[in-house]
Amino acid sequence: MKASRNALYGGLLLLPAAVLLWTFTYQPILGTIVDSLFSTARGKRPAVFVGLDQYQRMIDDPVFWKAMGNNLVYALTTIPLSMALALMMALLVNSHLRGQAAVRMAYFTPTILPMVAVANIWLFFYAPDYGLVDRFLQIFGWGGQNLLGMPDTALGALIVITIWKEAGFFMIFYLAALQQISPTLLEAAGLEGASYWQTLRRVILPLLMPTTLFISINAVIGAFRLVDHVVVMTKGAPDNATTLLLFYIYQTGFGYWDTGYAAALTVVLLLILALIALFQFGYVDKKVHYR
Amino acid sequence: MSADFRSTPVIALTTVGAWLLAVLWVLPLLYGFWTAFHPAEFAARFDLSAPWTLDNFRRVWDAAPFSRYFLNTFFLVSLILVCQFVICTMAAYAFVCFPFRGSEILFMLVLVQLMIMPEVLLVENYRTLSRIGLLDTTLGIALPYLASAFGIFLFRQTFKSIPKELEEAARLEGANALQILLRVFVPVAKPTYIAYGLVTVSYHWNNFLWPLVVTNSVETRPITVGLQVFATVEQGVDWSLVTAATLLSVTPLLVAFLLFQRQFVQSFMRAGIR
Repeated sequence: MKASRNALYGGLLLLPAAVLLWTFTYQPILGTIVDSLFSTARGKRPAVFVGLDQYQRMIDDPVFWKAMGNNLVYALTTIPLSMALALMMALLVNSHLRGQAAVRMAYFTPTILPMVAVANIWLFFYAPDYGLVDRFLQIFGWGGQNLLGMPDTALGALIVITIWKEAGFFMIFYLAALQQISPTLLEAAGLEGASYWQTLRRVILPLLMPTTLFISINAVIGAFRLVDHVVVMTKGAPDNATTLLLFYIYQTGFGYWDTGYAAALTVVLLLILALIALFQFGYVDKKVHYR
Repeated sequence: MSADFRSTPVIALTTVGAWLLAVLWVLPLLYGFWTAFHPAEFAARFDLSAPWTLDNFRRVWDAAPFSRYFLNTFFLVSLILVCQFVICTMAAYAFVCFPFRGSEILFMLVLVQLMIMPEVLLVENYRTLSRIGLLDTTLGIALPYLASAFGIFLFRQTFKSIPKELEEAARLEGANALQILLRVFVPVAKPTYIAYGLVTVSYHWNNFLWPLVVTNSVETRPITVGLQVFATVEQGVDWSLVTAATLLSVTPLLVAFLLFQRQFVQSFMRAGIR
């Protein structure tokens, strides 16, 4: 009796969420996989089954590899740097500091701004000759450069913005974790004669490990999900130096309207995210968080 | 960390370091602020005697339908917030109070969306919207986000922490399932609602790529897309206008943040710890 009542009530309550999740998450995931096996319909030519042709094309596509490489560099630089900064910020803000609230706000403010706005402001800083960054570089005799226009520096310029924007966000999680560390533990370390650095390494950092894993997973997802600044600042230029995977999908799908190929590219992105999910469920959940 | 293990010079040094970093962090914003409030010839020249002006804002406001963009964003965010509250509350309530065979598996399936957010699937979702004729509508921008795995997860966690006795007591007084939800669960979960609300409002106020793809007219464009359309036209022409437009577009959220700073930070913490 109770079981059937539960199934009825539960089912009805879940219905709206289930319909929406099916329509905009599961069905598109399946649809992407199916579409990646078809050619793109053009004009009167309908899409035909092409097997793994789109994937073959992807393997031969230098832009795809460029995007993957860029995304890897982007993730491997933005994530550790913004997390290290976030940890430092959290430690600073958590210490007895004059004007603590103001400092915390300064670190956190970039986080709540839209990436589009951030990108537009920074576009101005990066402007050759009169942008703030370029004027700073002029002091060292490196001025007059269009940092966003040169293949060697364009991705780096985007990386700087991402770190600036993300560090304050990650700081919040470290701060929350730091405030949960029992003061007795730190006092005990102090009584044992441990220096600040020893306490940091032996007590604080291990206790922050769950938070570090939690943040890194969010950061990895973020590195593949957020491409607003690419759209605003470079559109992948120069010479695909700033093309990230999701931006390439966007470009292929809505610039060239090549939906078949865009689907194949999306499958790669889905695989990457699935790998992260497996890692999280298999490894991280055993040790950390959730629950 | 107590100050016990720090000597006075170390404390002074960290304070200076913390402040230097803070100044470095807000410098870009202050510089943008400077440019927006001064005539174009001072855009990149710092001069204390430069006259302050609101002219840039006036020109921006006249040059593009920003009031309409704000209205669109306001409707979009409200729609998403209300629907997410209702839909996620219902789902979380079902998972906690009406478990049935397979509901655990369903919950695991919901969590998939934590990893694969709607914007990753933008090509397919665009086709779905075009099939049901909702391209270039506010509802169309909102739909993929209405059932939020994050919301369901967060509310479920909160509901689970509510003592069974509270629920039983309400039932003994003759409350039905809906009354129990509205009188017991929702009030207790209020801090979670506030936390989730702030996170989701700032997420959707700032969201860009999906609205950019879906919208195509002044009547639906949210402020982020509107700003981009404006900036693309003006770029390289007049930086004071671009920075003024940028500041204008972030002002409501920034003011809200400055006013409710503590709640914002605590909400992000709460939503993050879960």
